[in-house]
Parts: sequence; C-alpha cells; structure tokens
Amino acid sequence: MARNKRAIPEINAGSMADIAFLLLIFFLVTTTMDVDKGITRKLPPIEDTTNPPPINERNIFTIVINASNQILVEDEYMEIDGLRKAALEFLDNNGDKSCSYCEGAQDPKSSENPKKAVISLQNDRGTSYQAFLAVQNELTAAYNELRNRLSKRQFGRSFDNLNEEETKVVMEAYPMIISEAEPLKLGS
Amino acid sequence: MAQMKKKKKEVGAISTASLPDIVFMLLFFFMVTTVMREVELKVTIKTPNATELQKLERKDLVTYIYVGKPNTTYAPLVGTEPRIQLNDSFARIEDIQPFAIQEREKINEKERNALTVSIKADRDVKMGLMGDIKQELRRAQSYKISYSAIPGEVFIP
Repeated sequence: MARNKRAIPEINAGSMADIAFLLLIFFLVTTTMDVDKGITRKLPPIEDTTNPPPINERNIFTIVINASNQILVEDEYMEIDGLRKAALEFLDNNGDKSCSYCEGAQDPKSSENPKKAVISLQNDRGTSYQAFLAVQNELTAAYNELRNRLSKRQFGRSFDNLNEEETKVVMEAYPMIISEAEPLKLGS
Repeated sequence: MAQMKKKKKEVGAISTASLPDIVFMLLFFFMVTTVMREVELKVTIKTPNATELQKLERKDLVTYIYVGKPNTTYAPLVGTEPRIQLNDSFARIEDIQPFAIQEREKINEKERNALTVSIKADRDVKMGLMGDIKQELRRAQSYKISYSAIPGEVFIP
C-alpha cells in the first residue's frame, strides 16, 4: 500500500534470502571443518638399513610392542602412563656430562647425551595402530617437553612461538631420533 | 520520508530486509572456511587419539592415503578386511609406490621434498599393513609422513 505511492517500483528482494539460503545449504553440506592434524615423522631412506652405523648400546632406548599391545621398554614391562617419563629420563640423562642444558641423573647405563640418544621402536604385525600411535604420542610428548623447557630457558618463550632460527637451535639440541623398525611377526 | 510512511501503518510488519544480509554473512563464513571434500571415502575411518598433534600446513603439499574397513556398501564386494584407498578407488599395497611418485611429480620441483603423505588410518588397523605402507613409501622416496589423529587422551586398546 505504501509502495504504490512511489514512482519507481522497488525490485522485490524477498527471494534474495531464498537464493542465499540455497547457497548456504550447499556450502554447509560440502564443508568439512576439520583441519588435518597428525603426528609427523620422517621415514629413513631404504639404503641406510643395509649398513647401520655402530651405536653404543647405552644410547638405544628399546621399545617393543607385541601383538597384544603390551609394551616392553628396555626389557621391562611398562604401562603407557610411565613411558613419557621413562623416555624423558633417557633423553635427558647426560651420561657424558657434555650437555649443559640437561638435568638428567647422569646414569652410566643410560644415554650419553641427547644428540646421541636413539629411540628404537619395534612393533609386531599384529599390534594395533592405536597402540602404536599412543607410544609415538608419548615419545613426541617427551621430546616436546624437553624442547619446551630449553626454549623457555634460552629464549623465554615456548617452543611453538620461536622463530625459525631459534627453532633450529632447539631442535638440534634435542634432535628427534626415533627408529621405526620393520614389524616383527612374533605371534598373532 | 521513510518515517512518515511508517506512521501510517497501524502495526509495523517486521522488516525482513536484513534477513538476506544475515544469511549472506553466514554464507561467506562457510565459503571461506570450506574445504571441498576431494574424495568420497569408501572406508570407515576413526583415527586414533593423540595429544601431541601438529597441524599440517600447506594443503597443496599434502597427499592422503586412507586405510580402514570398507563401508557397508562396499563390504560385499571387497570383504571386511581393512583396505587401502587412494584417491577414489581401493588399491593394493603395490599401488602405493606409483601413486606416491605420481603425486610428487604433480608438485613443482622446488617443493617436492616438502610433500607430506598423511596416512588416515582407522585405529583398529593392524601394524602389519601400516608397516607395508611405510615400506612402500620409502621405496617411493616419500619420507615425510603424518599419522593423522584426533585430539584426545591416548589409550591402549
């Protein structure tokens, strides 16, 4: 009624909402909000395995997961809850006293320094992926904790907030050396 | 002027003129945040829990391998054992190496080594299959991998 008074009729914008709704629903349906997150690892090149360099036994932290998802750490049975601490103690041990930023117990049986420390992860063909990733997660957590500690002390910020150069420094101080051996076929 | 017109009405109808604006706002939000589903998943995947997750930057430098039990639609055709899916089809373990090489070729030479293979595998998959996949990726010289996971407390099944 009010419209009739105008000289130029307005374009009816009532259907605009419908069009927009249509588009909106299309995007709602096709959208996937999840960002892909994961635990990143670097696989070793194949030729490396033929001639492995000699590593002192004390510098290897052996983890074996069997087909029933039980974890054996350095020949002793361990629950997943204890793994992070055990890995942390091993990495931070500083047996040869060359690591100025370590706080480890300097156990003569454990690793010499974080740069030499290797974690060897062996699993069975029957191990479940969840168990494997749980172990990987705990190991990553141990590394992250150490790296965070160092970056807070040296740069006053957490590891995630460091710039590229600083990140490199911290990563070299605590290099992540995890060897994922090919799966065994021990039992079902 | 507009005010004068309004005064003539007994009860003003609620204006819906701003409705399109609101809807457009929502629309733009979804348009910006949207990631088109690239493949149709033929396997059911519930990725394992983990806490120390790293976000994968640069979507164009990521390629995916899906591992899980076939959907109910495909189960009669291929069985219920966990299978590998590459792009839109089921694949055998031998197909991974050519696939990974092909994906590498797609990326310009400078960034080829930054290619990450994200393995989206179901939490119940056995490590035997995963080990085979890793071995194939090593053969294809795709060394950077990511074990896709969702945030949550870890547990041992």
